[in-house]
Amino acid sequence: MTGQAQAGRPIKLLRNLNAKIASIPMILTALVIFVGGTLWTVFYSFTNSKLLPRLSFVGIDQYERLWAAPRWVTAIENLALYGVLSLIFSLVIGFLLAALMDQKIRFENTFRTIFLYPFALSFIVTGLVWQWILNPDFGIQSVVRSLGWTSFTFNPLYTPEIVIYGILIAALWQGTGLVMCLMLAGLRGIDEDIWKAARVDGIPMWKTYLFIVIPMMRPVFITTIVIIASGIVKVYDLVVAQTSGGPGISSEVPAKYVYDYMFQAQNLGQGFAASTMMLVTVAIIIVPWAYLEFGGGRKRG
Amino acid sequence: MADTGTLNTVAAGIDAVAPRLGEGPSGAKPRRALSSRNIMLYGTLTVAALYYLLPLYVMVVTSLKGMPEIRLGNIFSPPMEITFEPWVKAWAEACTGLNCDGLSRGFWNSVRITVPSVIISIAIASVNGYALANWRFKGSELFFSILIVGAFIPYQVMIYPIVIILREIGLYGTLSGLVIVHSIFGMPILTLLFRNYFVSLPEELFKAARVDGAGFWQIFLKIMVPMSLPIFVVAMILQVTGIWNDFLFGVVFTRPDTYPMTVQLNNIVNSVQGVKEYNVNMAATILTGLVPLIVYFVSGRLFVRGIAAGAVKG
Repeated sequence: MTGQAQAGRPIKLLRNLNAKIASIPMILTALVIFVGGTLWTVFYSFTNSKLLPRLSFVGIDQYERLWAAPRWVTAIENLALYGVLSLIFSLVIGFLLAALMDQKIRFENTFRTIFLYPFALSFIVTGLVWQWILNPDFGIQSVVRSLGWTSFTFNPLYTPEIVIYGILIAALWQGTGLVMCLMLAGLRGIDEDIWKAARVDGIPMWKTYLFIVIPMMRPVFITTIVIIASGIVKVYDLVVAQTSGGPGISSEVPAKYVYDYMFQAQNLGQGFAASTMMLVTVAIIIVPWAYLEFGGGRKRG
Repeated sequence: MADTGTLNTVAAGIDAVAPRLGEGPSGAKPRRALSSRNIMLYGTLTVAALYYLLPLYVMVVTSLKGMPEIRLGNIFSPPMEITFEPWVKAWAEACTGLNCDGLSRGFWNSVRITVPSVIISIAIASVNGYALANWRFKGSELFFSILIVGAFIPYQVMIYPIVIILREIGLYGTLSGLVIVHSIFGMPILTLLFRNYFVSLPEELFKAARVDGAGFWQIFLKIMVPMSLPIFVVAMILQVTGIWNDFLFGVVFTRPDTYPMTVQLNNIVNSVQGVKEYNVNMAATILTGLVPLIVYFVSGRLFVRGIAAGAVKG
């Protein structure tokens, strides 16, 4: 594609040498850490390593134990629920905000700054702030009660059944600004003439969005979904800061399970098996996307 | 990317239409400022903005109150008597484990982690991107593909092998070890960023320099780097905020005396012993968020570019 083919033949060997030397960190990272590290972990997930990794194979024992553990099952259920809801709500809220911002409004920069600033904060900060706002003794619950509704109950972080929604609120606060930005960029990429044509044809605005604009933004949606989804699988800091997995194990997530088994329970084999399952989850998300993006049936829809 | 919108609103009347004459029969309909549509639009946006601002307000307000006032009032009421004591305490006295020297230690650890990590990762990634854009060799695209796919692998899968490697070379638990880890995990997205940027530069420049006899490093330092300041700034924003906000690597690869600020903050706030000092906790939280917030507000639109390019890392 670019000029490297014509760039220069005479000193080809030397040229390659320099570029190769410069690429050593990249090659090492790709091979040793990404490929090597991943294979190593998958490999050792079939052993019964405890405190230290060791090579005594036990087949799929670790996986059987993993799926028999209520804590892991809870973690997966939480991840599924949290994942589906945060994907839907991020897309809907992000798109609605972007559509509003795209109405040639004044103070666009101010609004964008406000919607996006939470994204600059770490999950730890986000989690701690929302832990405070959702605190039953001082936060929203107590405020509403002091207004007269004395039986009002909104206490997600200490109620096992709904704790994951408390985490979801914080996650959406942190992440929707980014989705809005991506969507806004997508909307700005739509040709003005489409809007004009739709208006001339008398198509109502919401129909134009639903049936013309959104289908045209498919690439943006796919990219956004992949970004959100790969973030969902990794969710860890937020849970640690907000609930530490509690009450009990009710807000456990896979990333936390992995960490606890590797570095606290000294049960490496379980940690490796759990992290391999995370890898499988990501692969399930990424492979179809990579196929759509780079594979054969492109642009055929 | 968002320039047209704001300009057009200012004069929705004749002036705005004038430069666009000939584009079509239906110029923009003149709008009144107080149409019901506008009230809906700005109303919704304002309500949404309040929701996003609320936590910041609550944080600031809480951090300026004394404990008696917190126990009495609600989280939204403004402080009756402003005190900066919680801030002083959070910075210099709050306890994590055995240490009671506040967040200041974590802050300086974070600085000592972030500065070298940003410099090293950008240096490596820019050279990588340059090699990939202009000096491709056999296999280079393959390594690059592995790197990009690797960006999607959950960190948990690669953490333990890195622990072993760092332990073997004697860097486990040190700040240098964490700097290496950040440089490694920053590489995919930064390399992609730089490669795409260098590919977009006019090829003639590169060729001309080649004809003049410039080599690999000369072209990079004298032509590519000076032409690429914007992308270096974007990469810097991406890395500073990303590394400062990191928690997982901090908690895995450091020890209590080398904890970065985020880990220390979490330990202060979520410690189980003692009376919970909510005002100190909120002051500590703001202190930790201050650096990325400053980067965000100062860099403005560049931040948006940075995160849009690097969102994959999230």
